[in-house]
Amino acid sequence: MLIEQLINGITLGSIYAIVALGFTLVFGVLGIVNMGHGEIFMFGAFIGVLVTTTFGLPLWLAFLAAIIVTAFMGYLLERFALRPLRNHQGSNHLAPLISTIGVSIFLENLSHHLFGPGNHPFRTPFAEMSIEIGSVTVYLVQIVIFVISLILMAALSFWLGKTKAGKALRAVAENLETASLLGVDTKKYITLTVILASAMGGIAGILVGMAFNAVTPQMGLSMGLKGLAIIILGGMGNVKGAMVGGLILGLAETFIVVYGDSGYRDAIAFIAIIVILLVRPQGLFGQKTSDVRR
Amino acid sequence: MLNVSGINAFYGKIQVLKNVGLHVEEGSIVTILGANGAGKTTTMKTISGLLKPKEGKIEFLGEDVTGLRPDQLLRKGIALVPEGRQILAGMTVMENLEMGAYHRKDKEIEKDLEMVLARFPILKEREKQLGGTLSGGQQQMLAIARAIMSKPKLLLLDEPSMGLAPLVVADIFNIIKEIRETGTTVLLVEQNARQALKISDFGYVLETGKIVAEGSAADLLTDSRIKEAYLGVKS
Repeated sequence: MLIEQLINGITLGSIYAIVALGFTLVFGVLGIVNMGHGEIFMFGAFIGVLVTTTFGLPLWLAFLAAIIVTAFMGYLLERFALRPLRNHQGSNHLAPLISTIGVSIFLENLSHHLFGPGNHPFRTPFAEMSIEIGSVTVYLVQIVIFVISLILMAALSFWLGKTKAGKALRAVAENLETASLLGVDTKKYITLTVILASAMGGIAGILVGMAFNAVTPQMGLSMGLKGLAIIILGGMGNVKGAMVGGLILGLAETFIVVYGDSGYRDAIAFIAIIVILLVRPQGLFGQKTSDVRR
Repeated sequence: MLNVSGINAFYGKIQVLKNVGLHVEEGSIVTILGANGAGKTTTMKTISGLLKPKEGKIEFLGEDVTGLRPDQLLRKGIALVPEGRQILAGMTVMENLEMGAYHRKDKEIEKDLEMVLARFPILKEREKQLGGTLSGGQQQMLAIARAIMSKPKLLLLDEPSMGLAPLVVADIFNIIKEIRETGTTVLLVEQNARQALKISDFGYVLETGKIVAEGSAADLLTDSRIKEAYLGVKS
């Protein structure tokens, strides 16, 4: 029982981590919270439904399609909702936040229109397959989700830590001016960041569809808010914080359902925000700093 | 090598540079002197592409480079070590140096890295430490070393001695001389006028956004007005 719940929690947590990574990358580089991220995630889930359930095509194709579509959506988001505000001198620092809220409302309504309201089932060929290890039942779906998340996190960490492009992105995140003085084409990296974050959101969308077997146009909002909670918990713009924060939230939500009251499940994330802001406002992995970002 | 003429630059509606023009000979060290708020940093920002001038022309190696972005200018050979050093605090010393060579594709990067680490042993000692944990003097060394890694033809240094202990300041000026000896031209902004002029070939004096005096460093060092205003000597 405990081990099964632990596995459930880790599965959920690793999805949360992927969603939160998208948030934290964009925050780290652009200094803004992308409120449209949840809806891009939701589109990823719907692409998954279309490819696997509607057209009956294999799952890997769903991933490919979701990555392509959400990456392109990320490009459009940056190009039309963020860049015009960035180049405009004297525009309010809240303007990009408002503009991404606009994007999120637009995308939610668009998905209503395109896919229809209500629950859309997400069929995976191995939905019911499970492995018994002693008295513990592990669903194959959970293993697939966990492995994909792990690969994604490891790849991102490697890319950011060891490759030239990853280091350049970190330099842009730290200081836009310095990065440009070092020869980094900052505009390119800003666009790349939003594209990368959005594609990760798209992958997370499919993972959630697989895990819960249900996709709705409203799922973006709650996931978006939880992603926001996780990056506050882990430290805004901190990659490790997003991963650990996601796992913590996934485990906490799972255990509150088992050992507490399931009605409080969705409240956990927001209780965590309140506690962390009171106790450690910079987040678990954030650094205390008085530096003002740009 | 560098020819700046008729620069008018603004922050919002406030004009900071008024018809600024200056000339830097290849292989020389040129210093811009001036009080706080005279427009020295703005001049450096304009030459390095961080600030686009409203009017005027910047020519580098005979090519019009006005309005180019900093990353484009770096590829042409202009590197800036900005005021306040601006090292990447969350990245290691080694990563900072690697970022210096970000735009390079040649095979000499490894060799240059070894040379720089040999010249700055303190950086080698701390290569795995985060840049933000270094002291002010060490951060300035890192900022200069990083700029050397980018192999510029023209190095712009904005107040490299600011806030540093006298011994470290002397070290910084020695390094600047060495940089010139390796064939890199240097344009320097300094408050530390006497020391700056001593290693320079030519100097400009900036006052409220205008060039008010220019001359060889030796002439400026003996000019009575300059002495009084910037060298703290009553004549």
